[in-house]
Amino acid sequence: MKEKHRGLAVFTALVFIFLLGPLVIIMATSFGDSTILKFPPEGFSLRWYQNIFDVDMFMETFKVTIVVALIGNLIALLLGVPAAYALSRGEFRGKGLLNSIFISPILIPGVVLGFTMLKYLVVKFDLPIYSSLLIGHVVLMLPFIIRVIASSLSNFDYAIEEASMSLGASRLKTFFTVVLPNIRSGLIAGVLLAFLESFNNVDISVFMTGPGVSTLPIQMLTYVENYFDPTIAAISVLLMVVTGVLMILIERLMGLSYFTKK
Amino acid sequence: MKKVYLWLLMLPGLLFLTLFMIVPIFMTIGSTFFQDGGFTIQGYVKLLGDPYILKILGTTLQVSVITTIVCIVLGFPTAYYISKTKARTKGILLALALFPLLTSAIVRSFSWMVILGKNGIVNNILTGIGLIDEPLKILYTPTAMVIGLIHLFLPLMIISLVGVMENIDGDLLRASESLGASRLKGFMNIIVPLCVPGLIVGSILVFVGSLTAYTTPQLLGGKQRVVATFLYQNAMTLNDWYMASIIATVMIVVTFVIIGLMNKLARKLNPKG
Repeated sequence: MKEKHRGLAVFTALVFIFLLGPLVIIMATSFGDSTILKFPPEGFSLRWYQNIFDVDMFMETFKVTIVVALIGNLIALLLGVPAAYALSRGEFRGKGLLNSIFISPILIPGVVLGFTMLKYLVVKFDLPIYSSLLIGHVVLMLPFIIRVIASSLSNFDYAIEEASMSLGASRLKTFFTVVLPNIRSGLIAGVLLAFLESFNNVDISVFMTGPGVSTLPIQMLTYVENYFDPTIAAISVLLMVVTGVLMILIERLMGLSYFTKK
Repeated sequence: MKKVYLWLLMLPGLLFLTLFMIVPIFMTIGSTFFQDGGFTIQGYVKLLGDPYILKILGTTLQVSVITTIVCIVLGFPTAYYISKTKARTKGILLALALFPLLTSAIVRSFSWMVILGKNGIVNNILTGIGLIDEPLKILYTPTAMVIGLIHLFLPLMIISLVGVMENIDGDLLRASESLGASRLKGFMNIIVPLCVPGLIVGSILVFVGSLTAYTTPQLLGGKQRVVATFLYQNAMTLNDWYMASIIATVMIVVTFVIIGLMNKLARKLNPKG
């Protein structure tokens, strides 16, 4: 019996090497000194990290990516929090269907969202590309916000709300003073997840590029297709650091079991 | 709460999604059936008669099926092991599986370009030990796409499976053993059926994800096209928006049919009924 587990442990270890090995290799190559990406890297240098800050396009697209992720997140919260509250506290006909509609941006292929938005929002309705990009990212983030908040609300006892209201607080006041503080950690975790989703998005952003408008992932994609030096490896390492920090925060706020239970 | 308030709370979000997502999608689908003022299915006839497009559909399907199968084969034992470890180890292993999942798809595909390329690690090792003389062409082939997609989606499979395996009572297996079943038989007859819901959820996520993936095939597939990159090519390079709309429609219909079928299957097979 023990031996069987040992076999399983070796198998699991190999799977994790497959999952994490490539990321480790990227980290190693980012510190190499040669202009061609090599593993094992030759020499040691930080010049590829320097290069990120010297290439204007990286800095400009980084700004766009951050602005879109932050403002988009705010809009998604304003739209998503009330909807999630209604969906988890109300009982009404068509609830299942509405729930599916709010979650559907996850199910619809990203390139389809990107293309149809380009076709109608940008071309037909003549919206500026920047606004369309923002709208696309709000659509993308909404399901993450709604799902995390609905899951936090389902863990929060409705009786506490009723108690507050029976003591004279209005529903709105109860929401802000009782409900919101109690689902705060879920709310922040949802914001972080949505942020990551927006920050890494390619499928929608790739259709929404124009003069002065492009996101960092799209700039990286273009760069990779034209150059093969370790700059992208250096950016990748920075992105991994950001991902790692956000993941630790999400773990602290909600526990990673959230991911296995949806 | 009054119904009116419920609807008022949902209205802004609903309006937003309707206006910016549902309307564009339905208009796109509609536009494929109406060309030059009349109803037509000409585009779909052309799609099914074009060997180049059929090959793209075939490649996409093949790549997705292989990816899903490999993810099940690699993911099932891994998830089982994770679900059997102590809480602390489990947390660490789950975090290690989640980290690549939350990392940018570009970063992950790029790492495989470094590994599989002509001067990549795999070829350097193989030529280094004298196994081959000329570097193998792995990058920019469907094989590279499959490897990249497995790397992309395996964590999803593992996480979906850990979710159901955690809830399986370990006593069930011991009970079957004490009643004389072999360990393997007990595993196949008791654990595997109980994992079916998670297996289905994981498979939907991996299969649909692979069918519609853009970044990984774009970076690792080279000239090999899959539907998502073909849609992009038609929309942005060839400017054939009619064909792009048709592909978009096919992608949506296929996605929803698969999700519907799998959900039906999941309900049927769920041992809890």
